[in-house]
Amino acid sequence: MDFRFTKEQEKFRQEVRGFLEEELRQGNFEPSCDAWIQGYSPEFTRKVAQKGWIGLTWPEEYGGQGHSNVDRFILTEEMLRYGAPAACHWFADRQIGGSILRYGTEEQKKELLPKILRGEAYIGLGMSEPEAGSDLAAVKTRATEDGDDYILDGQKMWTSCGMFMNYIYLVARTDPEAPKHRGISEFVVDVSLPGITITPTIDITGSQAWAEVFFDGMRIPKKCLIGEKNRGFYQIVNQLAYERAGLERLMANYPLFDAIIKFAKETKRMGKSLSQDRLIRYKLAQLQVEFEIGRLLTYRVALVIDKGSTPTVEAAMAKAYSTTFEQHLASTAMEILGLYGQVTAGSKWVPILGMAPHSYLGSKGYSLQAGASEVLRNIVAERGLGLSGKL
Amino acid sequence: MDFAFSEEQEMLKKMARDFLSDKCPKTLVKEMEEDEKGYSPELWQEMADLGWMGLVFPEKYGGSNMTFLDLAVLLEEMGRACLSEPFFSTVILGGLPILDAGSEKQKQEYLPKIAGGKAIFTLALTEPSAQYNPSSIAVKAIAENDDFIISGTKLFVPNAHIADYLLCVVRTSQQARAEEGVTIFIVDAKGPGISYTVLKTIANDKLCEVVFDKVRVSKENILGQLDQGWSVVQRIVERAAVAKCCEMVGGMQKVLEMTVDYAKERKQFDRPIGSFQIIQHYCSNMATDVDGSRFGTYQAAWMLSEGLPGTKEVAIAKAWIGEASERVIGFAHQIHGAIGVTMDHDLQFYTRRLKAAQLTFGGADFYREIVAQEMEL
Ligand SMILES: Cc1cc2nc3c(=O)[nH]c(=O)nc-3n(C[C@H](O)[C@H](O)[C@H](O)COP(=O)(O)OP(=O)(O)OC[C@H]3O[C@@H](n4cnc5c(N)ncnc54)[C@H](O)[C@@H]3O)c2cc1C
Repeated sequence: MDFRFTKEQEKFRQEVRGFLEEELRQGNFEPSCDAWIQGYSPEFTRKVAQKGWIGLTWPEEYGGQGHSNVDRFILTEEMLRYGAPAACHWFADRQIGGSILRYGTEEQKKELLPKILRGEAYIGLGMSEPEAGSDLAAVKTRATEDGDDYILDGQKMWTSCGMFMNYIYLVARTDPEAPKHRGISEFVVDVSLPGITITPTIDITGSQAWAEVFFDGMRIPKKCLIGEKNRGFYQIVNQLAYERAGLERLMANYPLFDAIIKFAKETKRMGKSLSQDRLIRYKLAQLQVEFEIGRLLTYRVALVIDKGSTPTVEAAMAKAYSTTFEQHLASTAMEILGLYGQVTAGSKWVPILGMAPHSYLGSKGYSLQAGASEVLRNIVAERGLGLSGKL
Repeated sequence: MDFAFSEEQEMLKKMARDFLSDKCPKTLVKEMEEDEKGYSPELWQEMADLGWMGLVFPEKYGGSNMTFLDLAVLLEEMGRACLSEPFFSTVILGGLPILDAGSEKQKQEYLPKIAGGKAIFTLALTEPSAQYNPSSIAVKAIAENDDFIISGTKLFVPNAHIADYLLCVVRTSQQARAEEGVTIFIVDAKGPGISYTVLKTIANDKLCEVVFDKVRVSKENILGQLDQGWSVVQRIVERAAVAKCCEMVGGMQKVLEMTVDYAKERKQFDRPIGSFQIIQHYCSNMATDVDGSRFGTYQAAWMLSEGLPGTKEVAIAKAWIGEASERVIGFAHQIHGAIGVTMDHDLQFYTRRLKAAQLTFGGADFYREIVAQEMEL
């Protein structure tokens, strides 16, 4: 047992912090909540790539650094702490690169991995559809074989980063006759090809958070297929564990945590700072306790991956826990701000950059994206505890 | 980073679990709750023979020189078994403070006795004010030549009625800061002037009122420095809180397992209740609370074991586990239905003990305040 990071890891953390501090100092970004998924900055992504911080855990023969997942968590923890705009590369780095490494052909690896590593592949995740939410295996988007190509027809929605992605990772039906889990395949598709229409969807905070993506007879070369045809669902299960695994599920709104603590210390009410108020102390300390426990549950996921296992149950547990914390953080911040909690960014009188209302509203989606909490609890119960839903 | 026990620790755990499931069945637990002494001297001696009491003492005091983390392994298993022996009070509240703060002479005198199972210790810290802060130490010891005379009442002292020695925390001088003027004495528990009343408590865990009526102790028996005892007490409380967390993790894990097993077995509406999704989600929440408590506790225990300052980690662990264990017990009862609220069922042992453990050595509010201080709020 050892709850410490190694000296090299502490050094690495300092290096990441140093980089982010410098970026901040130069005014290259403002800390903001959800920046890992909404912060669009090709410039920032390019710099991260130059540092060698994309593909940190990939094997060296494919241009990675062969680092542990604990190392990657250190990197992402700092990105999240600073609210850095990492959306361009996040998905590609987190899950699609890994998927290509695991299931891709040598040709796909040679073509796609270097682009991801250079920070030039902005990959969106095309999983959900109008009738396929939690039940991902219900996807209807068709990929029909036609000579050397597949023809895509159908619709994706809730595609985060969809308005600036240049590739879309896609889950599509390749065998409509097969039982629904057995007729699905994975693709990575260049969105500059004809036959695709991408339109924005605005989220509850007013941000252009997603896209709807329509495929209308879009012809894609066969080499876009990742892994085995019709085995897509089984490949995804693995990928989803990674999608859920990270600290972004705990720290999406971390900048708000920092800001509300600072606010409570610096704001005086009747001559006393808010942080001296018993109730407010209690609330903030409780958040800190919840945060630290969530951090342990989440780093545990990295340790499981580093041991060579797929963290299906552990990631499900950590994510369901962590998004509850994030929602609690956001609502507590609103309580502490009182009437000011409703004033949004850019307005006169807005406290702490309007992070609280943005995060409060946005956090309603945290417990849905990448596995609704109910579905995650099903996973813990069924796969972790052996409780069966089947009669 | 590594959240797992070592292979040796896993072996120790298995050994402890096997031993306790054999020697400490729930029939014994029940018997001990009703027993006046509250423990089995035979089992106590067997534990000593296994080297448990001296686990973390250096070899020269009859110990095995193992770490606090190794002890944590044992404590977890003891919590799982609802062990009633006075291990916690003797080792955590008596032996380790002497190892920390005692003079060489005191260590030589007391530690081998503890390691050999020949002496039961406890800590007389809290008073009728029932607080863990320095200003609540009001029982006085007045200097008289080379002795001190202790008078007053200590409350919630575990196992005092069977103890051979008490570490008694008293006020020896009145200073501006309450932290100053606190002294710890090692007191012969069977000496004149000391009387005990065992309190009736939900866990039947033999918490006592201890009345000191002009009890004479030599200044030789001061543990640590005169008037400077509070920092030792702080360390005792911190370590005791983590040790309690360890016991609680063991108990909570067992409650989770019992509940999941029951959910798989119990049929209603022609199906196992564990096939109902709401029951599955309750179990999933329980598992999350147990794991969170486990890692929070291990982190704190590991910090103390490594000799690192763990005030914040201890506070986080105890603040968290208080509420997490409450939820775990709540779900466990709901899933068990009425059978779980009978005295014939094992669940009630855990419910009563976990509640007592939540309260002792600082509850969630106490530790949230410490977290707030650590956050510099
Ligand atoms: C901020 C955000 C970003 C997103 N980004 C992406 C993206 O980039 N790419 C992408 O493909 N998708 C994305 N999504 C979509 C996301 O994957 C879906 O929202 C999610 O899968 C849930 O599907 P749904 O919204 O259709 O809800 P539904 O599946 O319809 O669920 C509605 C409710 O029913 C419950 N429910 C469903 N099934 C069960 C069950 N078996 N047991 C118990 N309860 C159940 C759910 O838990 C939920 O409470 C994003 C969503 C959000 C909010």
